[in-house]
Amino acid sequence: MSLIQVNNAAFRYDGKEVVSELNFEVEHCDYLCIVGENGSGKSTLVKGLLGLKTPYSGSITFGEGLTARQIGYLPQQKESQRDFPASVQEVVLSGTLNSMGIRPFYTRAQRNNALTQIERVGMLQHKNAAFRELSGGQQQRALLARALAATQKLLILDEPIASLDPVATADMYHLIEEINKHHGVTVIMVSHDPHAAAHEANHVLHLEHQQLFFGTASDYRKSDIGKRFLGGEGR
Amino acid sequence: MIGVLQEMLSYPFLVRALTVGLLVALCASLLGVSLVLKRFSMIGDGLSHVGFGALAIASVVGIAPLYLAIPVCIAASFLLLRMSESTRIKGDAAIAMLSAGALAIGVMVVSMTTGMNTDVYNYMFGSILSLSAADATLSIVLSGVVLVLFVLFYPRLFAVTFDESFSRATGIPTRVYNAALATLASVTVVLGMRMMGALLISSLIIFPVLTAMRIGKRYLSVTILSAVVAAVGFILGMIVSYVYEAPSGASIVCVNIVLFLLFAITGAIRNAVTKK
Ligand SMILES: Nc1ncnc2c1ncn2[C@@H]1O[C@H](COP(=O)(O)OP(=O)(O)OP(=O)(O)O)[C@@H](O)[C@H]1O
Ligand SMILES: [Mg+2]
Repeated sequence: MSLIQVNNAAFRYDGKEVVSELNFEVEHCDYLCIVGENGSGKSTLVKGLLGLKTPYSGSITFGEGLTARQIGYLPQQKESQRDFPASVQEVVLSGTLNSMGIRPFYTRAQRNNALTQIERVGMLQHKNAAFRELSGGQQQRALLARALAATQKLLILDEPIASLDPVATADMYHLIEEINKHHGVTVIMVSHDPHAAAHEANHVLHLEHQQLFFGTASDYRKSDIGKRFLGGEGR
Repeated sequence: MIGVLQEMLSYPFLVRALTVGLLVALCASLLGVSLVLKRFSMIGDGLSHVGFGALAIASVVGIAPLYLAIPVCIAASFLLLRMSESTRIKGDAAIAMLSAGALAIGVMVVSMTTGMNTDVYNYMFGSILSLSAADATLSIVLSGVVLVLFVLFYPRLFAVTFDESFSRATGIPTRVYNAALATLASVTVVLGMRMMGALLISSLIIFPVLTAMRIGKRYLSVTILSAVVAAVGFILGMIVSYVYEAPSGASIVCVNIVLFLLFAITGAIRNAVTKK
């Protein structure tokens, strides 16, 4: 049984189908990159995987004892959080909540975990900074730290590099690779970056309201659709 | 001013009113942090109007007002939560409809039976004299429970306030905590209504947080500041009300406006200084 199995899933908003005929599976330790144009249904699929949106038809099944409490999630940037009064530490700490059980307050272990993740994303000197006063890229990193604090099993990232500079982007890829390879965390990442699909991930899912491609990254580089998306870079 | 406060404390009914009011103001300001940041502040307003309707009906039928108003408000709060979550109907318009409707029903029921007497006036604008000893005991117990639950739920309330979809995606039962928040808010609104009046109780929820946010940048500091602002605003407001014989609710809101302006100016000055 795979970690995640998607069978013929389709999603609708207000009766309008936005993405359908999804068939793929994610194995333990996979690094799957989801690509496609704006509005092709990537975030919708992510919400489906996270249980935030129920598929209109078909099914999404978790295997290997995976539960929502073992998932870390980095949402696509939202404006609504931008004026929220909270420190980086408070934000990251809230990621550890899913492992808290019924205890009312954070434990020392949870606090240490949060600090570790803040350090990992290179935000330690900003740990007491106000979240709303950080740059877009710094906010993104703080939210990545929160996602890391929430999981040891599956990390779902919706456009993690959207507002990062080239150096931060390279750092981010490096970090995700390390988490995937050395810590055995399965990664599902939505990205617009052809480089990520071709060189970072080991599986690619290409959406265009339907599933245009699903397979390994090396097959994707050889496929027509892959060549088109990757342009000159795929060879 | 200390002298006035001492004089006030020599009346047992005032001591009662001050104790209840202070506790309720604390509850309202703490829950207000979540409600305002979740863009739920309209719910407080809706609840107070529903509460007025329920209190009016209770007083006509002859049931102890709190026993009817609290369950009705809790039920209404779940409805309001659903309305504000729903994308189909316009949430804010639906809430406005419900609150105006409840207010109108309350006024109709009262005017067709006992007439618009001082009781009704008190429910609308608030009066500290309307608090009986039994009500006071119940209020103190309930607001104590609200405060304790708030503290115990603090990390979870932060999580569902900051990012509900993240919490839900990572396995946090956000509906439970939203419902808890709505329940606690309902109890607080009903308890505070006698003193503040249906028309002004939501200000206890909204003002302290907005004031605290002028200066506080972290969630914990906003929470604590909000509680402090609420307490100071309440006590000063009660003193003003006593000295000028003004309705308590209006006096408290006016003091809160002044506090808000003070914090806003302080915050603006601080921002200007740190930018340089
Ligand atoms: N809440 C919503 N209500 C109605 N329609 C929606 C909603 N969210 C998304 N859609 C529609 O669903 C389609 C897919 O949206 P989705 O957010 O999944 O795209 P995406 O692939 O993530 O795009 P982007 O690259 O811009 O993030 C779009 O046409 C969008 O208009
Ligand atoms: Mg998207």
